Amino acid sequence: MSKVETSEPLNPIEQTIPLPSKDSFDRRNLDWYFDKLVQFIVFIGGISAIVFILGIFIFVTMEGMGFLLEGFSFSEFFGSQYWEPSDEDAPEYGILALIAGTASVTGLAMLVAIPFSLGAAIYIAEFATGKTREFLKVLVELLAAIPSVVWGFIGLSIMNPLIIDLFDVPVGLNVLNAGIILGLMAAPIMTSIAEDALKAVPDRYREAAEALGATRWQVIYKTVLPAAKNGLLGAILLGVGRGFGETMAVLMATGHAVNIPGSVFDSVRALTATIAAELGETAVGSEHYQVLFTIGIFLFLITFIINLTADLIVRGIKNQ
Amino acid sequence: MSLNQISVDSQFAETQLNVKNKKIQGLYKTLFLMMTLLLILPVLVILGTLIIKGGSMISIDFLFTDPVNGMTEGGIFPALLGTIWLVTLALLISVPLGIAAAIYLSEYAADNWFTRIINLAIINLAGVPSIVHALFGVGAFVIFFGFGTSILAASLTLAIMTLPVVIVSTRESLQAVPQAFREACWNMGATRWQTIRRVVLPNAVSGILTGVILEVSRTTGETAPIMFTGAAFFLPFLPQGVFDQTMALSLHLFVVSTQVPNVPDALPYAVALVLIAMVLIMNSISIAFRMHLRGKKKW
Repeated sequence: MSKVETSEPLNPIEQTIPLPSKDSFDRRNLDWYFDKLVQFIVFIGGISAIVFILGIFIFVTMEGMGFLLEGFSFSEFFGSQYWEPSDEDAPEYGILALIAGTASVTGLAMLVAIPFSLGAAIYIAEFATGKTREFLKVLVELLAAIPSVVWGFIGLSIMNPLIIDLFDVPVGLNVLNAGIILGLMAAPIMTSIAEDALKAVPDRYREAAEALGATRWQVIYKTVLPAAKNGLLGAILLGVGRGFGETMAVLMATGHAVNIPGSVFDSVRALTATIAAELGETAVGSEHYQVLFTIGIFLFLITFIINLTADLIVRGIKNQ
Repeated sequence: MSLNQISVDSQFAETQLNVKNKKIQGLYKTLFLMMTLLLILPVLVILGTLIIKGGSMISIDFLFTDPVNGMTEGGIFPALLGTIWLVTLALLISVPLGIAAAIYLSEYAADNWFTRIINLAIINLAGVPSIVHALFGVGAFVIFFGFGTSILAASLTLAIMTLPVVIVSTRESLQAVPQAFREACWNMGATRWQTIRRVVLPNAVSGILTGVILEVSRTTGETAPIMFTGAAFFLPFLPQGVFDQTMALSLHLFVVSTQVPNVPDALPYAVALVLIAMVLIMNSISIAFRMHLRGKKKW
């Protein structure tokens, strides 16, 4: 039926002829049943994402449940820096040093990545035109494509000797190594989101500023950047989320010392790398095994929060 | 969006302020250009180093023979084959599921809280760290469903990793098809599925393909999710079925660069070169395809 609701009387013909509807419920033939079947199938597909994300949380918690219920003490887990799962008498599962490892590497990575990706985003979005812009965007995309294990290998083979030579330190697998690598890994994503945020600023802002006599840089600095603040913040958060969750590159480039770093030249161990390094050696169901899964729960929750926040912020700008 | 640079066509001499502003702008422009180039430089340096140090080992033999002598000599064939197996199986699972989900989101879903939760789930699924995916794979597929460490468990884990990106890129391609196309079909009495199958999907196929190729390249490089769910450091035989373990190229790189002693210098570089070449070629195909599409749009 026509959806028009007016108070004027329609002519008799318009009132009685129904428009064809999308679902063709007027004729229950094979087509109609098939359509309903398809509707069911795609609905299953639609809820699959929810099923899987819940499934991840449930299964990881299930395997870590034993430790959470019995041996877990909040202050020891989060407060102790002694990660000694193999101590036969009194194994200690303090992840403070591991958190420090992840935080220091991610922090350094952000220090490296944020200025460069923002600079690149500003150049690509505001200064580059036509072919140059396409070319640069493609190159940034290719940077994003490099797999994490290759980055780890670079850290081992190229950065390691480089750091030893340049800074005259005994070991080149440390916070500096992994931090730079992680920065290069996170940068392309941050650049692309930041570029979206800058492009989302309406042209009339720029035109208004230029009409008042501002130079290109003044336009960017005083109008575009403040307007794109939210999106840029979202980009940074996503980069942080990426840094927290990165496994292979960090595993291969940070060295294997579990301690709280005193300088960027110290070796550390990250949360993700610990799971990857030790899972293979634990017996299924043992306490060590359960603790590793508990770290997994912790990582899941943290990245959940970071990504949720980042998406809320980024979507805010797309809806402008 | 191409605003003019500061106007230079002035009938008057440049004011001092103008000169100063132009200089500052020039400085900033150069600064940002330098930053962009510095970001891109690593790609070239990495490629260059890998080619120089590993290129010598690449040959047809390298690609098609097995590793021997404790993996210090020989080729990478089982790893290459294993990666192809894993990626193919993972895509066979995630692409149909992802397209179905995207069709639901783009064609059927109403704009209510339930749809918002689905979108939330997709975003979070995309953000889960790869090692947590690995833990999930171990807990769910290896242990709970009893598949053991197998190609099946590893592929399922990879499929769930790639699902969100397939959904998002497919949904965008579907939404890019103008609503007018659909309305024209409905006005002729077509059912929703008929519209989708005969008009919407064919117009979106190219966009979907671009996303899928991108996902292929990403899945090829993944290591953590397969490390504990189905990939092994070394296997003397090729896998015979989905319940066997397999070797994989990404894991192989990790192994020869950290776990195997006495490896000739060039070997890890060569493995890394093969891996990165596969990934970059697929990415470039996807990018080229996308650019080609832009010229061919029918609306």
